[in-house]
Amino acid sequence: MDLRYSEREEKFRAECRAFFEANVPRGLPPLDSAEGFPLHVEWEKKLYAERLAVVDWPEEYGGRNATLMEWLIFEEEYYRAGGPQRATQNGIFLLAPALFHFGTDEQKQRVLPKIPGADELWCQGWSEPGAGSDLAALTSRAERAEGPGGESGWKLYGAKTWTTRGTFSDKTFGLFRSDPESVRHKGLSYFLVDLNIDGVTVRPINKLDGEEGFAEVYFDGAFVPDRDVLGEVDRGWYIAMATTGPERGLTLRSPGRFMAMADRLVDLARRSPELVDAALRDRVAQRWMEAEAYRLYGLWTATRIEQGVDPGAESSVMKLHWSELDIDIHETALDIAGPAAELLGDSEVGLDQGRWMKDYLFGLANPIWGGTSEIQRNIVAERILGMPRK
Amino acid sequence: MEFELSEDQRLMQEAVSELLAKECPHEALADAWETETGSVAGLWDHLAELGILGLTTPESHGGLGLGPIDLVLLLEECGRHAVPEPIADIVAVGAPLLAELAGPVADQWLPKIAAGEARVAIGLDCSPVVAHAASADLLLLQHGDEIHAVAPDAVKLTRQQSVDGGRRAHHVAWEPSDATRIASGSEGRAAARRAFDRGAAAAAAELLGLGRQLIDLTVEYAKGRVQFGQPIGAFQAVKHHLANAHTKLEVARPPVYHAAYSIQHESERTPLDVSTAKALAGDAAHLCFRTALQCHGAIAYTYEYHAHMWMKRVLVLERQYGDARYHRARAATQLGVTSGPG
Repeated sequence: MDLRYSEREEKFRAECRAFFEANVPRGLPPLDSAEGFPLHVEWEKKLYAERLAVVDWPEEYGGRNATLMEWLIFEEEYYRAGGPQRATQNGIFLLAPALFHFGTDEQKQRVLPKIPGADELWCQGWSEPGAGSDLAALTSRAERAEGPGGESGWKLYGAKTWTTRGTFSDKTFGLFRSDPESVRHKGLSYFLVDLNIDGVTVRPINKLDGEEGFAEVYFDGAFVPDRDVLGEVDRGWYIAMATTGPERGLTLRSPGRFMAMADRLVDLARRSPELVDAALRDRVAQRWMEAEAYRLYGLWTATRIEQGVDPGAESSVMKLHWSELDIDIHETALDIAGPAAELLGDSEVGLDQGRWMKDYLFGLANPIWGGTSEIQRNIVAERILGMPRK
Repeated sequence: MEFELSEDQRLMQEAVSELLAKECPHEALADAWETETGSVAGLWDHLAELGILGLTTPESHGGLGLGPIDLVLLLEECGRHAVPEPIADIVAVGAPLLAELAGPVADQWLPKIAAGEARVAIGLDCSPVVAHAASADLLLLQHGDEIHAVAPDAVKLTRQQSVDGGRRAHHVAWEPSDATRIASGSEGRAAARRAFDRGAAAAAAELLGLGRQLIDLTVEYAKGRVQFGQPIGAFQAVKHHLANAHTKLEVARPPVYHAAYSIQHESERTPLDVSTAKALAGDAAHLCFRTALQCHGAIAYTYEYHAHMWMKRVLVLERQYGDARYHRARAATQLGVTSGPG
């Protein structure tokens, strides 16, 4: 056990810290708003120019071949400096790993370079009105068809919903039933779809926090050429599930993000001692400890992955932990704010421009998206503890 | 950056695990409850043979000269097997305390501790009783900023009844004197603080093991127990209880290893790191205990089933060397959070 960072890691941290402290845009309007989105995109382009958008990617795609440990450092410094949410995160964290593993050379060269510089923004087309936690119940379908130029491909029909940032995205990656005879997980294919083509309609939906960060996406015969099917036809489910790799638990939401959040809570408590009674002080300490525990869990996991261990379903342990941690940190802050917690924006009597409430509403989605906490508990019980499926 | 125990440390853990599985089965634990000393017959000699008792004693005094990082997995195993012997007090707290204070008392007792020929009992201000004081050859007692090394014939012991039947708790009446004092002033205060941190980190490691065993026992039981025509482990309500307990316990694990590292490297953050470990591990083990009882149902509410011995050890250890609330308050102070009106 050696918890010292290497010289190379310290140097990388110093570089990140200096760049973020000097450049991170502060006080941006929310990512999921018409006003805020373009400003976030602009910031992504700046990150990309500095080769800091996707540090763990190969150099040929604009990365730095960073190790998982270095990526954790990047995340710590990014959020420590108050870096904004990543406009490119669906592309970077959800689509790109699938492309790296299953994409053809042509797909990789065509699609990957446009992700980190925000030249093409991607959203995820998985959930449907009738398929949320039970994703395999999806009914959107793909039919064999010819394109306008006679090329072979597919026509898509159906609806995807709760599509995060669908309104602001250029493209979507989604699962569609390509074998009409199939049931459940079999017979689905993974499609890359341009949202600006005929047969695609995007309807914005306002989220709990009031931002139009959701969308419903309708497909009515939109044509997709064969070259935009990722991986084998009818094998989409397995591609979607297998693409994330052992680091998934960490990359979904990095420890650095919550450590920064907990440090801000500690800072709030320190600058408002008159609002913090013994019970709140107890909760502030608890939140900080839980964030610290995830930071250490991250270091432990990264070490084991470097040693060749696949932590597998532990990603569910992590998601259960940080889903609640995010909410608990914000509820503690709201309780410190007391009745002033309701006030948003500039206010003589509010606290931190209502940011805690806004971020709280945002974080309330955590136990729902990416597999609800109930699904995660099933995974922990069945795959880690070995309890019977039925 | 390498956050993982070494292969050697894992091998030692396996050796201890095998020994305890063989020499400290739950039947032996139940027998130990009925004896005067609370000891499992023969176990002490086996532990001495394996070198555990001298693990933290300096090589100059016949020990292995190792530290908390080497010890943490072994204490976890002791927890997993609910070992009633005061290994943490002797190996994690007593020997390092003597070693750092040095002097004739250390020279006299450390070689005997390492050889398994002498036991020390620890009485810090954080506890109203001294555990296993009657079987101790030497008592290390805190008196404010002072540490005293007191012979058994200079104290009056009154046996107390602990909820944990394997624990021999004693009230100790004694008089501090110049002759018994081995540290005072800032040295004594620092030594007592470090002893407390070592004890808290050790208890956290034992709590990890206790919690792990309670979950594992419950999972096995839930797989076999059939109600409504299916194993109760197939019911989502039962699964979710266990998934929550597992999550809380496993998230507490890295902080426990981290606390051992901080102590070993004398990190300035040691109090914060130890408090994080103890608070999280104590609360996690408590949830494992409640989950184990609930998911077993009535069988675990009896003495006929052995889980109660693990549960009671949790109830004791989560409060020894500072409970979760104490450690959160201490961490808050470390983080610079003071409370106003409270």
